Amino acid sequence: MSPSPNKEALLQYCLYLADNSLILGHRLSEWCGHGPILEEDIALANISLDLIGQSRLFYSYAAEVEGLNKSEDDYAYFRDARQFRNALLCEIPNGHFGTSILRQLLFSQYACLLFEKLSQSTDTKLAAIASKSLKECLYHLRHSSEWTIRLGCGTEESHSKMLEAIEAVWRYHKDLFADDHFEKEMKSSGIAPLSSSLYNEWVEKIKIVFDLASLAFPDQTFNVIGGRDGKHTEHLGYILADMQFVQRAYPGGEW
Amino acid sequence: MVSNTTYSTNQIMELLNEIPDPEVPAISIVELGVVRDVIEGEKEFKILITPTYSGCPALHAMQSAIKQTLNEKGIDHSIEIVLSPAWTTEWMSDAVKEKLRAYGIAPPKPKTGNEQKLFSTSFDEIACPFCKSNQTQLESVFGSTACKSLHYCLQCQQPFEHFKCH
Repeated sequence: MSPSPNKEALLQYCLYLADNSLILGHRLSEWCGHGPILEEDIALANISLDLIGQSRLFYSYAAEVEGLNKSEDDYAYFRDARQFRNALLCEIPNGHFGTSILRQLLFSQYACLLFEKLSQSTDTKLAAIASKSLKECLYHLRHSSEWTIRLGCGTEESHSKMLEAIEAVWRYHKDLFADDHFEKEMKSSGIAPLSSSLYNEWVEKIKIVFDLASLAFPDQTFNVIGGRDGKHTEHLGYILADMQFVQRAYPGGEW
Repeated sequence: MVSNTTYSTNQIMELLNEIPDPEVPAISIVELGVVRDVIEGEKEFKILITPTYSGCPALHAMQSAIKQTLNEKGIDHSIEIVLSPAWTTEWMSDAVKEKLRAYGIAPPKPKTGNEQKLFSTSFDEIACPFCKSNQTQLESVFGSTACKSLHYCLQCQQPFEHFKCH
């Protein structure tokens, strides 16, 4: 029996949220041992840990919704790139510290706006995960905002690095707001807001940080979208190869 | 197995109150607010716990410690993870905060709502747990565990950790 559309939509929506957190969390974990200073090494690892923790909660709920006795690991380790639904922004390479910080700022601002709304969801489980995640994402937002300002206003060198970061990251931001039909169904059943409905407030808040950072708000209109449809950049495959190798080689292996 | 009826929920809570937090052993997992409730069922006790932060790796160690403690007494139980209401440092009593301070960790202050503001000063002037001076500065909001930030005391020149208000 195929699942009812509502259940399928909820499952796919949970996977979208979980994939965002897992893939960005994994990206940030690549900084571990490579941070520019010890405190930032620790900070990025902490943020990574929060995100991976959030993804586990969303995957566990997805498993409950799907009802096929799956575990969070089944979703994380045994799906291929086309089945991953994360926004493209989450998978792009770390680049230099400024690029990772800008990517984090754009994502965290989106996550905070989304979780604020989702914490009022009629779906009590999603509301609980969102309320908990929101508290953590606010720390991430503050951290990445402050660093964007420091680097934007710092030296000529740091300012030019932030311009490079905008060049590398900005084209992926619109993908965060590209609602798909599952999200529209979540909206019509009152479970979640449309991501597109958060866009104007997101722009306003990002503008405040860019202004403080002496960075011009980009007028670039070229955007890449497709994460929710599984149409990813070439980078996701490499992340999955790295992340999934052990479970693919030794399925169910534990230590 | 000992029949569960020999224990009351209060006694179970007392047993759990002897389990130290794996990262901050000065306080128990009950004092930390991780253990939310003990519910007596027909066949077993249900222990409700909540994670501090979503990714807190200590949650697994806490579950094992609860299982071990209760199994040693032959108490049938199950552990359920609850997420709502989300864990907050507001649940810590003053006595627990004092234990943290005595252990060398600056305790969380009551919530002001300003913690997340840009360049917020709410992390400044956290009293040094060693010399009690307020002349301290924030080094990083992210410390050795998700729940702590890093600070430096300008008075006694000691680095110290602070349990973040969350």
